[in-house]
Amino acid sequence: MEVLGHFNYWVVVVLMMIGFYALIARGNLIKKIVGLNIFQASVFLLFITLGKVTGGSAPIIAEGITVYSNPLPHVLILTAIVVGVATTALGLALVVRIHESYSTIEENEIADMDREP
Amino acid sequence: MIAQFPALQVVIPLLGAPLCIILRRGALPWLIALLVSWAALAMAATLLSQVADGEIISYALGGWLAPLGIEYRIDTLNAFMLLLVAGTSSAVLPFAYKSVAKEIPQDRHYLFYSGFLLMLTGLLGMAITGDAFNVFVFIEISSLSSYAMIAMGRDRRALSAAFTYLVMGTVGATFFLIGVGLIYAVTGTLNMADLAERLPPLYQSRTVLAAFAFISVGILLKLALFPLHLWLPNAYTYAPSVVTAFLAATATKVAIYLLLRFGYTVFGAEFVFNIVPASEVLLTLALAGVIIASFVAIFQSDVKRLLAYSSVAQIGYIILGISYANVTGLTASIVHIFNHAVTKGALFLVMGCVAYAAGACRLESFAGLGKRMPLTMAAFVIAGLSLIGVPLTAGFISKWYLVLGAMEKGWWPVAAVILATSLLAAVYVWRVVEIAYFRDAPADAPPLSDPPLALLVPTWVLTGACVYFGIETSLSLGFAEQAAIQLMGGG
Amino acid sequence: MTPETLMVLTLAVPLAGAAVISLLDRSPNVREAATLLTAVVLFALNIALAADVLAGARPEFILADFIPGAPILLGAEPLGVIFGLVASGLWIVTSVYAIGYMRGKHEAKQTRFYTFFAIALTSTMGVAYSGNLISLFIFYEALSLSTYPLVTHHNNDEARKGGRTYLGVLLTTSIGFFLFGVLWVWHEAGTVAFTPGGVFSGQTDPVLIAALLALFVFGIGKAGVMPFHRWLPAAMVAPTPVSALLHAVAVVKAGVFSILKVTVYIFGVDFLAATPSTGFFLWVAAATILIASIIALRQDNLKRRLAYSTVGQLSYIVLAAMLANSAGIVGGALHIASHAFGKITLFFCAGAIYVAANKTTVSQLRGIGRSMPWTMTAFTIGAISIIGLPPTGGFVSKWYILLGVLQAEQPVMAGVLIVSTLLSAAYLLPVVYTAFFQAPEETGPPTHGEAPRPILLALGASVTLTFLMFFFSQPIVRFASQIVGGI
Repeated sequence: MEVLGHFNYWVVVVLMMIGFYALIARGNLIKKIVGLNIFQASVFLLFITLGKVTGGSAPIIAEGITVYSNPLPHVLILTAIVVGVATTALGLALVVRIHESYSTIEENEIADMDREP
Repeated sequence: MIAQFPALQVVIPLLGAPLCIILRRGALPWLIALLVSWAALAMAATLLSQVADGEIISYALGGWLAPLGIEYRIDTLNAFMLLLVAGTSSAVLPFAYKSVAKEIPQDRHYLFYSGFLLMLTGLLGMAITGDAFNVFVFIEISSLSSYAMIAMGRDRRALSAAFTYLVMGTVGATFFLIGVGLIYAVTGTLNMADLAERLPPLYQSRTVLAAFAFISVGILLKLALFPLHLWLPNAYTYAPSVVTAFLAATATKVAIYLLLRFGYTVFGAEFVFNIVPASEVLLTLALAGVIIASFVAIFQSDVKRLLAYSSVAQIGYIILGISYANVTGLTASIVHIFNHAVTKGALFLVMGCVAYAAGACRLESFAGLGKRMPLTMAAFVIAGLSLIGVPLTAGFISKWYLVLGAMEKGWWPVAAVILATSLLAAVYVWRVVEIAYFRDAPADAPPLSDPPLALLVPTWVLTGACVYFGIETSLSLGFAEQAAIQLMGGG
Repeated sequence: MTPETLMVLTLAVPLAGAAVISLLDRSPNVREAATLLTAVVLFALNIALAADVLAGARPEFILADFIPGAPILLGAEPLGVIFGLVASGLWIVTSVYAIGYMRGKHEAKQTRFYTFFAIALTSTMGVAYSGNLISLFIFYEALSLSTYPLVTHHNNDEARKGGRTYLGVLLTTSIGFFLFGVLWVWHEAGTVAFTPGGVFSGQTDPVLIAALLALFVFGIGKAGVMPFHRWLPAAMVAPTPVSALLHAVAVVKAGVFSILKVTVYIFGVDFLAATPSTGFFLWVAAATILIASIIALRQDNLKRRLAYSTVGQLSYIVLAAMLANSAGIVGGALHIASHAFGKITLFFCAGAIYVAANKTTVSQLRGIGRSMPWTMTAFTIGAISIIGLPPTGGFVSKWYILLGVLQAEQPVMAGVLIVSTLLSAAYLLPVVYTAFFQAPEETGPPTHGEAPRPILLALGASVTLTFLMFFFSQPIVRFASQIVGGI
């Protein structure tokens, strides 16, 4: 029960590892960006999980409700999502430029071309 | 007005960035960046003078009081970092005018200066804020803009360097975010001062341990401690000269500031050094970094890359001082943050001068430069001596305290390693000097001369600072010592 | 002028001189006049300062307070004054000589040469008048770096290699050992001030003292104690005036001067006398003396032979310092002066032969005494002084060192001194014999005459000093014995 009760944390960890694996093991730059996104998304989930208060309602003040979820993590993650989008956009822009100059987006091929002539 | 300086310190550069894009004609973006940077320097100096007597300024951003609102909290260390960042940008921006004109296409200049101001914003923000999540936001502002700035380098390898940095930097920042999330989960606050009070009873909690691990690995990635330095050499080598000079002098240094802030203020020295074996880990990594990076630097054939590896080694020295966990070591680290910033800034500006005149910074293109660019190479020699740590230069002051701290600990081998690796620095600096002064330029080489004054003056300002801060140390050493005592005292 | 002003001026004048000289590239005559003028003014300042110090003044002046508690401090005391007088006095002589030499050889980049020469003299004055250990270290390093452009003056491959050895050995020893020693003293004693009687209290661990002593004796690489002597022969690629003033006087004497200074004012003579480990360093110094003399025997290149002779002679002073008694210290201080006069004469002669006859090896010198009688006479007198026979200055200093050896009851060391005297006769007198008593190789009219006038003038001056030191030894000895509070 203890383990299952924390299932959302398990999801976070599994997603994080998938993202991290893709980031490290894939040579394709686009796939790396995808991995990075999954990795970041897992952290967003972690924060949102923290804000959950059992039995709490959405944090909008209303008559008769005393227990609210914590709104702060949501706000933080909103910011983090924006940052994540910006990172992805910049990463993809770089990949486009790399493709223009190297005609490939495979990491090992770029490394070969970069080697001192 | 002065009461609002903590906010304006960050807001003015932030507003300057879009202004550069709106007023994109001719030299206007450069002028905006320059004025903004000088304004930031003036504000940083004012703030430093306000906290010089040990006072702490607390500023509630937007009127929302801490711990709920974001607090800007300025003690000696913050103010010192603000001065370092704003001072470096103020020194390199005059250099940028001609250097950027040569290295970056005209139609992207406004983007360059806009990105530069964002980078400045991010670094100043990291140094000033007292809120853990706010730190993350500023890390990303500075990182994202620096990825873009590095990608503006002339060589196409700048692109792959920027991409590698983007991936590693984002991983580092995300690790940091995870750590912040975990301490928030156990304490329910993000304010650093508040965290400092709430964490001690939770020292045995595994969540706090994990949070510390994530935060420190994240920061160590950003500050490029060996073996997490892999992004650094390429990024420094292929970035535009101005960006390299600015990044080398400030970006890793502000990350080191974060390590100090989180280690000493948020988690507390007691936790970091007694519960977690941070001292041993940092000592090992720092020593490995100093030795290996110094050796690797000796064998580089591109001088910019040589200096980049030297930076990895120098970061090792700074971390070494932190690992002593005593006031002398901490003073050494903080003063070396400052002195190394000045020294490396000067050296990378010299690289900018060479790149401007000769087009490349490969070792062989230095042949005969001693005669053909005498003023530039003289600056290289002086700043190089400071890098080695020769007396009467800034580098000597840091080495002195670094060795002294090791002796206080009774770590004699560490003291010996510091002195021995100074000799390795002498080897890699002298390799360049010998080629510049003793090897004649190839007969078919195009005629070269010293770059225009617009490049030489900023270079010599920083070079002069290398000597100035080696003799008159009340600014650098005085504030470093005060900051170290404040940190050790838990402030 | 107050002694403080005088002392600061001894640094300011040569530095200002360097600045002026560097601007006078276009008018060599004015430039040389500026060099001479600077040298004369500097010597006058040193004399005035010496008079004050002799009268008991001990001026101190803080240049910069760069590390709290360990400022860059100037301070004059008898030992420093002797060194300052010798270096600045011989600078005048060398300047005269350099004018003849540099013009005679049509050397390139003479402005750079004179500029760095003046900067090197500034550093030397800094060494002589450094008021604490860290200032001594700083000026010591400044001297290494400012002489590097002089050593590599010819800018060719040989100069690059020589320069590399020069700077390599000097930086390795000074950063690796000397600086380490300075830091250790600061850590252990909490002060780096030069204190008569030393900075250590009686209870300090003898092992620590032995380690520190090793750091200083080997770390002060300029003293040329084996195995860290290789930079000195390497430095011989420099033009001869550099070898003469810097590598027979200023640089090498800065090394032994530092060792004396550390012995007297950091360890303290009495403290050191009670330290058993000095015995080991006596042996190291003795070994250096003998080995260097034997190597000198085998050198055919005249300048290299003289360089190895210098290595040996320097260790006389190290040995004298390690005797840790007052006669030894006085002898060491005197030897700084007497060896300077003698060796600079010999180097001047080597340079004179090179300028006039373009000869560099001993075997080429057959019969050269006939065409260059003045030069070779001066060489003979210089050689007598280095061997240590009367009526020259070398006799006086060796006498006091021998006295110190006997006082310390070290009969073996007395033997070493006697053997080394014989050895120095064996490597110097054959030169004299070859020059005067062997027939020249080529018959017919001599192809060259005497060296240029300025060179002969300089030779005359240095020979005179050698004699003066013998005939007027008493005032000098009295002055030197002020270092240890009288004998």
